[in-house]
Amino acid sequence: MAKQYETVIGLEVHVELAAKTKIFCGCSTKFGGAPNTHTCPVCTGMPGSLPVLNRQVVEYAAAIGLAANCEIARVCKFDRKNYFYPDNPQNYQISQLYLPIARNGYIEIECGNTRKKVRIHEMHMEEDAGKLVHDEWDDTSLVDYNRSGVPLVEIVSEPDMRSADEVIAYLEKLRLIIQYLGASDCKLQEGSMRADVNLSVRETGSTELGTRTEMKNLNSFKAISRAIEGERRRQIELLEEGKKVVQETRRWDDNKEVSHAMRSKEDAKDYRYFPEPDLVPIVISDEWLAKIKARQPELRTEKLERYKKEFDIPRYDAEIITGSKHMADIFEAVAAVCGKPKKAANWLIVETLRLLKERGQEPEDICFDPENLAKLIAMTEAGVINSSVAKEVFEKIFDENVDPEKYVEEQGLKIENDEGALEEVLAKVIAENPQAVSDYKGGKKKALGALVGQTMKAVKGKADPGTVNRKLKEMLS
Amino acid sequence: MDITCLTAVELGKKIRAGEISVREAVEASLAQIDKVEKDVHAFVTINREEALKRADEVQKLIDAGELTGPLAGVPMAVKDNMCTEGVLTTSGSKILGNFVPSYTAEAMKRLEAAGAVMLGKTNMDEFAMGSTTETSYYGVTRNPWNLEHVPGGSSGGSCAAVAAQECFYALGSDTGGSIRQPSAFCGVAGLKPTYGTVSRYGLIAYGSSLDQIGPAARDVTDCASILEVIAGHDPKDSTSVGRESYAFTSALTEDVQGMRIGIPRDYFGEGLDKEIKDTILQTVKELEKKGAIVEEFDLNLVKYAIPAYYVIASAEAGSNLSRFDGVKYGYRTEEYEGLHNMYKKSRSEGFGAEVKRRIMLGSFVLSSGYYDAYYLKALRTKALIKQEFDRAFAKYDVIVAPAAPTTAPKLGSSLSDPLKMYLSDVYTVSVNLAGLPGISVPAGIDSKGLPIGMQLIGDCYQENKIIRAAYTVERIRGYARPQLAAADEKGGRQ
Repeated sequence: MAKQYETVIGLEVHVELAAKTKIFCGCSTKFGGAPNTHTCPVCTGMPGSLPVLNRQVVEYAAAIGLAANCEIARVCKFDRKNYFYPDNPQNYQISQLYLPIARNGYIEIECGNTRKKVRIHEMHMEEDAGKLVHDEWDDTSLVDYNRSGVPLVEIVSEPDMRSADEVIAYLEKLRLIIQYLGASDCKLQEGSMRADVNLSVRETGSTELGTRTEMKNLNSFKAISRAIEGERRRQIELLEEGKKVVQETRRWDDNKEVSHAMRSKEDAKDYRYFPEPDLVPIVISDEWLAKIKARQPELRTEKLERYKKEFDIPRYDAEIITGSKHMADIFEAVAAVCGKPKKAANWLIVETLRLLKERGQEPEDICFDPENLAKLIAMTEAGVINSSVAKEVFEKIFDENVDPEKYVEEQGLKIENDEGALEEVLAKVIAENPQAVSDYKGGKKKALGALVGQTMKAVKGKADPGTVNRKLKEMLS
Repeated sequence: MDITCLTAVELGKKIRAGEISVREAVEASLAQIDKVEKDVHAFVTINREEALKRADEVQKLIDAGELTGPLAGVPMAVKDNMCTEGVLTTSGSKILGNFVPSYTAEAMKRLEAAGAVMLGKTNMDEFAMGSTTETSYYGVTRNPWNLEHVPGGSSGGSCAAVAAQECFYALGSDTGGSIRQPSAFCGVAGLKPTYGTVSRYGLIAYGSSLDQIGPAARDVTDCASILEVIAGHDPKDSTSVGRESYAFTSALTEDVQGMRIGIPRDYFGEGLDKEIKDTILQTVKELEKKGAIVEEFDLNLVKYAIPAYYVIASAEAGSNLSRFDGVKYGYRTEEYEGLHNMYKKSRSEGFGAEVKRRIMLGSFVLSSGYYDAYYLKALRTKALIKQEFDRAFAKYDVIVAPAAPTTAPKLGSSLSDPLKMYLSDVYTVSVNLAGLPGISVPAGIDSKGLPIGMQLIGDCYQENKIIRAAYTVERIRGYARPQLAAADEKGGRQ
């Protein structure tokens, strides 16, 4: 390849907001539920029904806009996007085109050693559609309107990204910000965060944008990376062959790692947007905006600073912990209860991450009470249990959220401090292992380890290995 | 005594006094329906059994002292574009031929709470698109004054039913004159409230930014009493407004002393039937004699109202009606291949010609490349028209206008020339564009024996001024009933 190419990428990210009720009616947004049980005349498009805006949705959207350094519109409106599809009960989607809630923001990303700003063009609120269920046996399609009317924001970036790594860095950053705000859980797999990739290529050094395509159906960060790589290659090949890139929407098939054209610009739909007459303009007063600002929680950058000052834990640890809002919350709660931030950090970074990995889970899936970890730390510090027992108990906490005090009591895992009983066991171990004893006495110091092991096994781990070591030496001298 | 000759408020009084039972009132209405419905055809659905059952329930509540309002026990009818739980609601269309709503429109709920007994659902132009009630899929409604003539529209069924004494009052909806014009044609009183006064929740939308529900009744007193019940802020309708006062019946006084009445020259020029013009101006003279201050003035932009109205109403309608697709409820074509064929066939077969015309018009004016030239321009025109009225209401309390250029036309004479039909809305659509209240009251009878209506327009939230003026007009003109309804009894009330 003689020519050098640059990839230019912009993203459209849909995020499902964490509001408990839908954007225009009082139905629950809970995931799951039997088909069409979270529905009412409004979200099923019944004749005569009217939408009423959920205030919480505006607050979440404004909070995200503020965190993404956007200008928040003081007056914004909803518009109707008209298109026919059965998952869309009114055959129009209530969205924002002319006056969206937020504009002109940016998000700072770090990629490798470089930092850059990805500009946000605009962000708007809209409603989600229902779900089509295809019944292959009956050759029919059914519609479930439980998701219809679930609140979304769409965040549209400028074409400021140049690689898959930058795209992932942007998405990670966006996800963290939104999770920290509590505005969404941002799970790609469950569809609460979805990204469409607008990509074009151009010769390095050129300042004009090439013809772009839009890629849909990207369900994981890995799929996004692969799709970007695949599309970049496809476009460059076209240009190298002297062909042109067609402006179109493409659907990524992550199993086959290829994309297929869905529709070109020529047959792009005319959505006939116009102002939604059933809703009044939203006026965001100074007072309201001030309240939303005041409620803005501490974001990651601020948290990192505070952890350094308040807890004195290594930057690396702090970055891992704050990489998930949920984990950071747990860390702070544990540290507050047991007063040992470094120990708390250790349990999270070593044991918790190990177990998450083993069980194929995300930090968001951690479900034990911070108090239980705090108790465990206190018990270890007090010498009530030894470290190997502690690990065993922690696994129980991690999986079943057990109360470690009760569990240790029930299972009889406490270190035995009865020296007389320990000496009896030791005498027995010495008697039963003459070979090891004579090895030790003959100068093989390593043999003591075997005897310690046997003893710990005999007491089922309930002794302090240091004490056992000391006692053995005494008895064998 | 013929019960059906009473007004709603008169009947309510007699019911509360125990002189007439609710069942007697309902039976009288049903008997009148049996007598005239074959000629008038005001109803799509008659709710006979349920009405009688409901009559007994309401009677109990009245006897128990739980229902004390002026409308308790009074039989009424509802335009078929308002959802009624468990009762077929067609909006005059084939596409909703099997639609039984799971909920009741807010305005009707409020009436139910006040003890209304619903007799049935009234005929209308399909999706309220039309001025004659001839575009209904369920057949035409005839004018009780002359069965060869239309009742007007789109609330033609409601107004004809009131005129023919099949019910004591009815609910209508008004997007461009759909209560006021048929009220004028049928010789009844019809009021379109200020936009936002009555909840639209449960009203099958035509032009959402213009639609308002209002009463059609025997007289102004009934109109004010009904409005008092149905008006009010509704959190289910974002465009609903919380008003300072809902005391509309307090305006029922014969007093126009010092009232400033404006006569827009543009409304009384070319195109207006001479008999209507003379009757209205004669009535205005009477008002002047009673102390009103009358002045002619120029209301600009009148000629832009019709195009602006049809652009905005059609744009909204095209979108509002897209939900009727054969997927969730309503009519679905018998045979089809695939989704798009199902959509196309269901909608082609389910909608009538006038509805299709407006959907196409609406889609056109919103299409990319035309939006600015048509829709946006129409919105700007709407804003300018509102400004014109603001200027006028700085000088006048009430503006007087015709409700239509002619009295009720003959059946079949309007639909062949839709443009002419659209132009006949010239005196009513501006009121919707500006969100104003308007009332039509009977002002006389023309040489053909058809009623002439007079429209009184007020500033936003000034219903009480037009109610006072209309009440005074009523005292001057009296009420006449059609021959058909008053077969055994001659002449007017009083």
